[in-house]
Amino acid sequence: MQRKIRVLIAKPGLDGHDRGAKVVARALRDAGMEVIYTGIRQTPEAIASAAVQEGVDFVGLSSLSGAHNHLFPRVVSLLRKLGAREVQVFGGGVIPAADVPRLKKAGVREIFPPGTSTQDIVGWLLRAARKARP
Amino acid sequence: MAKARKHPALSGLQEWERGPLKASLARLPERRQSFATSSGLEPRRLYTPLDLAGLDYARDLGFPGQPPFTRGVQPTMYRGRFWTMRQYAGFATAAETNRRYRYLLKHGQTGLSVAFDLPTQIGYDSDHALALSEVGKVGVAVSTLADAKTLFSGIPLDRVSTSMTINATAAVLLAMYVAVAEGQGVAPAALQGTIQNDVLKEYAARGTYIYPPAQSIRLTTDLFYFCRKHLPRFNPISISGYHIREAGATAVQEVAFTLANGIAYVEAALAAGLDVDGFASRLSFFFNAHSHLVEEVAKFRAARRLWARIMAERFRAKRPESLMLRFHAQTAGSMLTAAQPDNNVVRVAYQALAAVLGGAQSLHTNSRDEALSLPTEESARLALRTQQILAYETGVADTVDPLGGSYAVEALTDEIEDQARGYLKRIDAMGGAVKAIEAGYMQSEIAQSAYRWQKEVERRERVVVGVNEFQVPEPAPRRLLRIQGSVESRQKAGLRAFRASRPQGRARGALDALKKGAQGRENLVPLILAAVKARATLGEVSDALREVFGEHKER
Repeated sequence: MQRKIRVLIAKPGLDGHDRGAKVVARALRDAGMEVIYTGIRQTPEAIASAAVQEGVDFVGLSSLSGAHNHLFPRVVSLLRKLGAREVQVFGGGVIPAADVPRLKKAGVREIFPPGTSTQDIVGWLLRAARKARP
Repeated sequence: MAKARKHPALSGLQEWERGPLKASLARLPERRQSFATSSGLEPRRLYTPLDLAGLDYARDLGFPGQPPFTRGVQPTMYRGRFWTMRQYAGFATAAETNRRYRYLLKHGQTGLSVAFDLPTQIGYDSDHALALSEVGKVGVAVSTLADAKTLFSGIPLDRVSTSMTINATAAVLLAMYVAVAEGQGVAPAALQGTIQNDVLKEYAARGTYIYPPAQSIRLTTDLFYFCRKHLPRFNPISISGYHIREAGATAVQEVAFTLANGIAYVEAALAAGLDVDGFASRLSFFFNAHSHLVEEVAKFRAARRLWARIMAERFRAKRPESLMLRFHAQTAGSMLTAAQPDNNVVRVAYQALAAVLGGAQSLHTNSRDEALSLPTEESARLALRTQQILAYETGVADTVDPLGGSYAVEALTDEIEDQARGYLKRIDAMGGAVKAIEAGYMQSEIAQSAYRWQKEVERRERVVVGVNEFQVPEPAPRRLLRIQGSVESRQKAGLRAFRASRPQGRARGALDALKKGAQGRENLVPLILAAVKARATLGEVSDALREVFGEHKER
């Protein structure tokens, strides 16, 4: 039997807008994944260590405060430092398209802009998980 | 059924249903099986006098400026004066934001509305570790009295009214405002404006809480008392449904949860020894202007009527002003789309129309680029122009409550009031708003509504133009406002200079006095004002209170 995909949905920084994070968490759960939601106002350190402790496959980051260029890469690098290179980081929120290449270069696998269907996010995770453990 | 008792319209209606309607439906079925508003109310095909058979004009509507204020809070409404055009703005440092304020005032804005950055809202100075990369991003950074002074420089505070979206640190920012005004030679009693100071909705929906609920509410009521004594023209709270709606709530939930929080504040103020008719008239509200035009107009009217009844029946308020629900409205940020951003201009115009038809006292219209960033100067001006066109060109401001008496609007007003009452009953049964929030009830109701909405959009039961229908290949977005990293370093340098130049002993002494006060029961606002005047920073004041009060953690 295949293990369920495990996902940590997290709100890094001081932003309290968690409507999107909660909707995505629930959609992934409805798609059969195991989802842990950290709640708001988490530090990158707390998120990375929770990801390692929970043994997740993915970390989904949500930010609407404009702090993504600092916070998202920071989570990626902390995961690497903790030896959790295989954990794939994706993100969403108020993120201008111009910032996406920079975030991807820093190791964020995918960014889902405002207006993304949760089905597209589910589809992406399923494909990415298959690629990671065929 | 009392309603059906031989109303003159009844036989005509039955004839119409059996004849022309039936024939029409046979030829052309309706667009959908059932129609639903955002609240899941099902607007009927047609409303007639039959739907208003139970309506008692004097009891349920009355005249504008008279309880239950369904038709508006002033006798002449916008014929006397337009609503205040108050654009929420703030970014980067106080200097940049001050320039934006002067720009908006020059272009005809009639009141200020300050957006603070997240560190300021959560009580961290700009050089705090947790403020890293958040400084000046979603609002202006104000850590010190010097920042506050720059923010309002050249703006006469005795003539402009200012609204401040600040909650957990409301007392600190109000203290700074008072100190800046005194520096301009303006007495506190002359100050006009509103401080949001509504921390309950922060736990329920918005997230910028610091202290546990009981201590937060103490600060809230301390501000009520302080304002009543020293700033009688200032609204010491803006009880906010806006963010509850943004987080996903329906129109009914927005009304119900906001008024439930309002009830909690009134109870807290009474428990603190205030007299209901001494403070109730200064309570103000803040609602969302969402997209379902008829439902929104009904929502504003229902909220006014329900609050008047709560204040009269539950709290036995006597003065008519105590029953009055005055509100600010902002168009729905969550309805803005990143796709085809110019479409947002149209959305905002309709939402603004709903707010005005609903009798708002002041209004913020969102800018077209806000699904992606803070607005540029050009977009902010267009948003302001949207209000000016509404005011000066459409004529909707020339008649008080122009939709009053509409069968549909009155029927929906009743329905929203009824359903909101249902929620209030459930919340009362839980022990009130604070308990309901602590139990996660409001949060889970809101999250469920948000999820339902998203699913409806994804199933295309709800069309969002440009998102799930009528898409086009998106060109690269036009110029967006970017907050440069240099903002953070400039802000930090200013903070260092501020701390270095002050008499250290005085600031420390004032902070110690504040801690002592927090351990006891005295009103904390004068102590916070003394600390701010002794040049203690926002972070230092907040830390002093953190030491005594502790911090709230999300469950």
